[in-house]
Amino acid sequence: MPATRIVVPATAKKGDVIEIKTLINHVMETGFRHDNSGKPIPRDIITRFTCTYAGEEVFRMDLFTGVAANPFVAFTTIATETGDLVFEWTDQHGVVTRGQARITVT
Amino acid sequence: MNVRRVVASVVLTVVFAPLLALAEEPARAIPLPQLRSGKEFVSAETRAQQDDLTVNPGMLWVDQGEKLWREPAGPAGRSCASCHGEPSSLTGAATRYPAYDAGAQRLLDLEGRIQQCRTERQKALPFAYEMQPLLALTTLVAYQSRGLPIHVDISGTVRPAFEIGRRLYYEQQGQLNISCAQCHEQNWGKRLRTERISQGHPNGFPAYRLEWQTLGSLSRRLRACFQGVRAEPFEAGSSELVAIELYLAWRAEGLPIETPAVRR
Repeated sequence: MPATRIVVPATAKKGDVIEIKTLINHVMETGFRHDNSGKPIPRDIITRFTCTYAGEEVFRMDLFTGVAANPFVAFTTIATETGDLVFEWTDQHGVVTRGQARITVT
Repeated sequence: MNVRRVVASVVLTVVFAPLLALAEEPARAIPLPQLRSGKEFVSAETRAQQDDLTVNPGMLWVDQGEKLWREPAGPAGRSCASCHGEPSSLTGAATRYPAYDAGAQRLLDLEGRIQQCRTERQKALPFAYEMQPLLALTTLVAYQSRGLPIHVDISGTVRPAFEIGRRLYYEQQGQLNISCAQCHEQNWGKRLRTERISQGHPNGFPAYRLEWQTLGSLSRRLRACFQGVRAEPFEAGSSELVAIELYLAWRAEGLPIETPAVRR
């Protein structure tokens, strides 16, 4: 499973805008390149990234061949309640990499 | 004058003069206060990406290195942690490399030293250069010295290697017939197409290079430069390439280690 890094504030006040940063180790091979023998290197990319907060989806994005290797995604959401943020990266073969972080809202 | 005394003084001069020359501190083409890390030649965005460790993609290799650090290898089932304890026990180690290794009886860079540990202490198969586990361990060890100044020893046994490194640094090479110094010493700060030429310091390596879309070693970076001037690159880990790495580390005296740096 590819390595990931997730940064979520451990605590926040209700109503605060919180920033979430994620990074995943992935080659994001475009499929447009050739190796030294001239053979095409097959495409290998992540196609979807989602984040749910306490079970509700708060962020979703589609990724294409133009996205660089090791995609870094940062976004904001509003701290509503104490709960888990679940991150899912789905690659072109449907393989899902999952990450999780907990936030305590006061 | 006594003939014997003249002969003796001639012998002394012939034998010791080269030794004296070797012991001298070599002149610096770029004075120490004018040294600029490669960090100062990249965009503000790239600098920000390097400084914020939560965003720095090189940290993926540090994380990976921490896992490998505790993973047993070889017939004795020993890991890095079995001997060294925590990675932080190697704080400052990376600032001293390349260094002479008494066991190997030659100059080793950090990768070479890790390989040496792996084959001699763990009795495991060596990694190939640029293999992910070797990059991850090297990055982890260099990361322990982040912010500490580079200081390599160029005296005694390593002095001949240092001189080789210096000679290669000033030697015009390849179809373009260019030496390292012509870009990184005589023309740093100027533009080469759209890029500003850096002073060519090694303090950020292993570094995440945007051009590579991945993290790579200093030897990979140097080989890329050789290819740039259309010269035949030296092999990673070869005595010539490690000698150049030593010369670069001496040139960068006092610059802080930035591993994992982000470079364009």
